[in-house]
Amino acid sequence: MIDKISASVEAALRDVPDGATVMIGGFGGAGQPSELIDALIAQGARDLTIVNNNAGNGEVGLAALLKTGRVRKIICSFPRQVDSQVFDGLYSAGKIELELVPQGNLAERIRAAGAGIGGFFTPTGYGTDLGKGKETREIGGRMYVLESPIHADVALIKAEKGDRWGNLVYRKTARNFGPIMATAARLAIASVHEIVPLGDLDPENIVTPGIFVHRLVKVPRTATGPAGFRQAA
Amino acid sequence: MQRLTREQMAVRVARDIPEGAYVNLGIGLPTLVANHLPRDREVFLHSENGLLGMGPAPAPGDEDYDLINAGKQPVTLLSGGAYFHHADSFAMMRGGHLDICVLGAFQVSTAGDLANWHTGAPNAIPAVGGAMDLAIGAKKTFVMMEHLTRTGESKIVERCTYPLTGVRCVSRIYTDLSVLDVTTNGLKVVEIFNDLPFGELQKVTGVPLID
Repeated sequence: MIDKISASVEAALRDVPDGATVMIGGFGGAGQPSELIDALIAQGARDLTIVNNNAGNGEVGLAALLKTGRVRKIICSFPRQVDSQVFDGLYSAGKIELELVPQGNLAERIRAAGAGIGGFFTPTGYGTDLGKGKETREIGGRMYVLESPIHADVALIKAEKGDRWGNLVYRKTARNFGPIMATAARLAIASVHEIVPLGDLDPENIVTPGIFVHRLVKVPRTATGPAGFRQAA
Repeated sequence: MQRLTREQMAVRVARDIPEGAYVNLGIGLPTLVANHLPRDREVFLHSENGLLGMGPAPAPGDEDYDLINAGKQPVTLLSGGAYFHHADSFAMMRGGHLDICVLGAFQVSTAGDLANWHTGAPNAIPAVGGAMDLAIGAKKTFVMMEHLTRTGESKIVERCTYPLTGVRCVSRIYTDLSVLDVTTNGLKVVEIFNDLPFGELQKVTGVPLID
């Protein structure tokens, strides 16, 4: 019997190697898999490259991971926020490398990796500092920049419900990067708030089919807050 | 010179957003436009984090931080609204499906180049978010900004001195003094507010305007 459910977050994260590229879902707090990030901190892998839209909020989740000093590089679109003090400090001190990517290019580079695309021409970033040094091409009278896929060793994503085959559904805008990151990683780990029997998820509504998900783990329902998470009422 | 207030600017931009338009309102000043869309007009607001049919802010106590906008503030979803993942959201932009995008700006050039993501200051931490995708994606990109900087310099320039967000991407500029269309011949005045004479507008604008 196929059962992708891990008994604990520790078990789900047991074998993340040093030097791994780890995608972490979420847009700010929404969709950020905080329990999986905490487990990654406890697991201790270092020299990591992190792919996320942001670079952590407050002192929890991704910010707490950055604070351990185990992240060598971050690939993201919007690091600077009112509560990104942990990243800001590391960056200003030269202790973390930043690859800044326009958000749509970030999403498409992740999608391309998952879809087996070797690169793509995008109009976004053409003629700007973020397109500098990249191959360009005129296609149909418009200028494009060549962008490459971003593959990951591990993706940590947050979904709402899943089943033992790894099928997932999400909740509201917490979906954001989850579905594409699941496709782009060798090992995709999802936290869910509810595990349901096979067949309970409406096949018409499954957002991430189980083929993209290798492990899932149930975590208590939390409510995302402005700078992280709190126990749901 | 009598300038429009930020709310008056939002009212003016809202007037140009037609029934049925798919629209993305950027962070900051453009966000105000949502408050001034006529209630009898159906407009689809898009948020880059995976939301179409965005509604107003929830009542205090009803915030759901799984339902936020691009500025990470809690919002609501209208009946008929939809959620989707990030690659689909940016396909809506880059694929030219959005009709209008309204963005703030540091500078706009006479050719329609936009600078709005980075001051280029050496100690500034850069952050781009969806700005570059938005700038080039929608069918029409509207810029909404004060005409002059706080120190009185024109934000409409021959060439942007700040780092570019997009090349030749702006179609119309709404300022607190005027509305200007970007044309192949240069910036054409569509409207001047509060009976400001054209000559006065020209005097404070960094590039030649077409009356």
